[in-house]
Amino acid sequence: MSSPVVHAHHAPEGFIRRYVFSLDHKVIGIQYYFLGLFSVFIGMFLSLLMRYHMVNPTVSVAWMAKLWPTAAAGGVMTPELYLSLMTMHGTIMVFFVLTTVPQSGFGNYMLPIQIGAEDMAFPVLNMMSFWTTFLALVVMIAAFFVEGGAPLSGWTAYPPLSAAGRVTGPGEGMGQNLWILSIAIFCGASLMGAINFISTTVDLRCKGMTLMRMPLTCWTWLVTAILGLLGFAVLLAAGVLLLLDRLAGSSFFLPAGMMISDRILADHKGGSPLLWQHLFWFFGHPEVYIAILPGMGVTSQLLSTFSRKPIFGYKAMVYAILSIGFLGFLVWGHHMFMSGMNPYSAMAFATLTMCIGVPSAIKTFNWLGTLWGGKIHFTTAMLFALGFVSLFVTGGVSGIFLGQPALDLYFHDTYFVVGHFHMIMGVAAIFGMFAGTFYWFPKMYGRMMNETLGKIHFYLTFIGVYCIFTPMHYLGIAGNPRRYSAFTDVEYLGGLIPVHQFMTYAAYFTAAVQLIFVVNLFWSLMKGPKAPVNPWNATTLEWTVPSPPPFDNFAGVHPVVNHGPYEYSVPGAASDFIMQTDPPSAVPSEH
Amino acid sequence: MSTQGTAAATSVWDGGRSPYAVNSKKFGMWLFIISDSLTFSALLFAYTYGRVSNPNWPTPFHFSPSIIFSSIMTLALLSSSLTMVMAVQAMNHGNRKAAGGWILATMAGGALFVGLHLTEWLNLINNEHVTPAHNPWDVPLFGATFFGITGLHMTHVITGIIYLGVICQAVFRGKFKAIDVEVSGLYWHFVDLVWMFVFPLVYLLSAKI
Repeated sequence: MSSPVVHAHHAPEGFIRRYVFSLDHKVIGIQYYFLGLFSVFIGMFLSLLMRYHMVNPTVSVAWMAKLWPTAAAGGVMTPELYLSLMTMHGTIMVFFVLTTVPQSGFGNYMLPIQIGAEDMAFPVLNMMSFWTTFLALVVMIAAFFVEGGAPLSGWTAYPPLSAAGRVTGPGEGMGQNLWILSIAIFCGASLMGAINFISTTVDLRCKGMTLMRMPLTCWTWLVTAILGLLGFAVLLAAGVLLLLDRLAGSSFFLPAGMMISDRILADHKGGSPLLWQHLFWFFGHPEVYIAILPGMGVTSQLLSTFSRKPIFGYKAMVYAILSIGFLGFLVWGHHMFMSGMNPYSAMAFATLTMCIGVPSAIKTFNWLGTLWGGKIHFTTAMLFALGFVSLFVTGGVSGIFLGQPALDLYFHDTYFVVGHFHMIMGVAAIFGMFAGTFYWFPKMYGRMMNETLGKIHFYLTFIGVYCIFTPMHYLGIAGNPRRYSAFTDVEYLGGLIPVHQFMTYAAYFTAAVQLIFVVNLFWSLMKGPKAPVNPWNATTLEWTVPSPPPFDNFAGVHPVVNHGPYEYSVPGAASDFIMQTDPPSAVPSEH
Repeated sequence: MSTQGTAAATSVWDGGRSPYAVNSKKFGMWLFIISDSLTFSALLFAYTYGRVSNPNWPTPFHFSPSIIFSSIMTLALLSSSLTMVMAVQAMNHGNRKAAGGWILATMAGGALFVGLHLTEWLNLINNEHVTPAHNPWDVPLFGATFFGITGLHMTHVITGIIYLGVICQAVFRGKFKAIDVEVSGLYWHFVDLVWMFVFPLVYLLSAKI
């Protein structure tokens, strides 16, 4: 039997080895975090442009004409430009924010420390994984600047639009090629990350860190890594086939007799756009859990810490995480009810989809059970965790509607879906990131964030996001289609335009409020008060090491764990929390 | 969570050791293999999907030369798995020279496979006029799936040859350990195993009988 590959090593010298091509999981985690922060602002900017255009479809904006001389000639964006902004908004947000920050950012930084390891299992692979992600982002953004601009086919890249080439629209030339290339590179980065996360969790846990003593964050990072390992592999295959269709003239996703812009695609026949949907959603559904699971982990951790109570039903939480991950691979068909499907298949997919409601509800009730009767400390981190629960319930309940084929046929191409996935996958996951930021910032940077600014930011953001996304559900019920760049040409939508105006103002407001967070983040980085080792009186291993932790996390000491992760308010104990590394005698014997 | 006394910590999953009793590198390679097998599964699923939805799927491979040729390719690749086993065995016995020799033989087997496969490709392209986009039987997906699946597999074989080359020179120079050879062997056997799916599904099912 060979021992795990961990070597006590010293911090490398020199700026490049230390901060750029670093092998230290902590530096890599921070790199991922800032890559995500950069991406989220690009994504948010694109969404603001879209929201502006939807309510001002004829107003000319001078700088738009400068930015896109052809796609926004005269300062008014074309529907094609609108679609390419939508595509890039979705792609950047899903891949480079939601997939990257909760898992690769916080996970990289915290997983090894929380399980008592000195680094990830494969530090070089870890570094390569980050720089491959960086390359993927560069290639993705390059799609804006090539001839024709960014692709139009959405983050799901449905063929035939994405497969037939330049004839289908301006962004469907080089832009779409770069999009696929970037996603393929991202698949590689994701694979490297997943291998690293799983190996680290399985092999590098310190003595006494049994699986059932791992913080729930570690469980969610583990299951997310498994989902990434299996899901991105299939997306890679789908991407290769799509690229072949575009570059080698094959017909995987193109049926015979396709007519595009009055021209018949004579060269293609025999393929099926549905094949793409099957392959894509086999990845795409687990992907939404990749985005949300780490947020669930952070929420569990924070609710327990700030209620000063053990998490309600730790084991049930673990099994819920595992079953959500498993069921996530069986429900891809519920994204395809609209695509034409045997009703019996639809029923099977719908039933399995409803099954996911069970572990999700277990988690929600356990969160509420954790809060019940607790001594709740309303820190900013805690507020965001509570916000996560709220958004998760709101977004989850609308998911029950969409999981029914009969209802989905009506809702699918409306704003109802936009509202649903933004609530649960977008905003809930982002609240998880905010919660993680406020909770772990003291550990990562050795300084405290400003609580007053944090709370103002939380309340305004919380109100803001509900104002943006709740009306979308009503719009969807009223039959407002999604992906339209303007509503002025459709008579029955005229009455809904004021709702769109409200949502646009709410979006401006919410975006502006994020500046409070940025100010807080950078001000606290420079000037925040020094953080103690354990500012929240939390129990897990990261709170046993200095803030920020030394290069090898535990300064050469091998921690030994004697307690579960959430031993708060144990009757008879000296304090209301027992660190995982405290001696077994910290818990008074009942006899 | 109830606290368990340290005395209860007897399971291999209790932390402080690697529960599978394997090196992390080996475990990592297994994870890669799981992931990569899903990539190939997706391609084979696409192949099945295309084949089922095109009832006039051609079966153009004659026993001679195509099936004979691809059987020789299969033999070359399978033999290279045997030499890889020998390399791992030799390395475990500390015989670096023999190990390096067996790895070279493995690389030669892989190279023979790639060479024969490329000959086959050129034959199909030049003589049978099969490309990813067109073929004489008017089922475009036939060529697309053939070149897509065998192309990705060949990429894996070529990657494997390069990978083994790196391992081989290190073995000769006294670097790397037995485990590194074993891990590269895992990859090589996996690429072989994939071919054992590709060969019957792509070649034998499309043989002219």
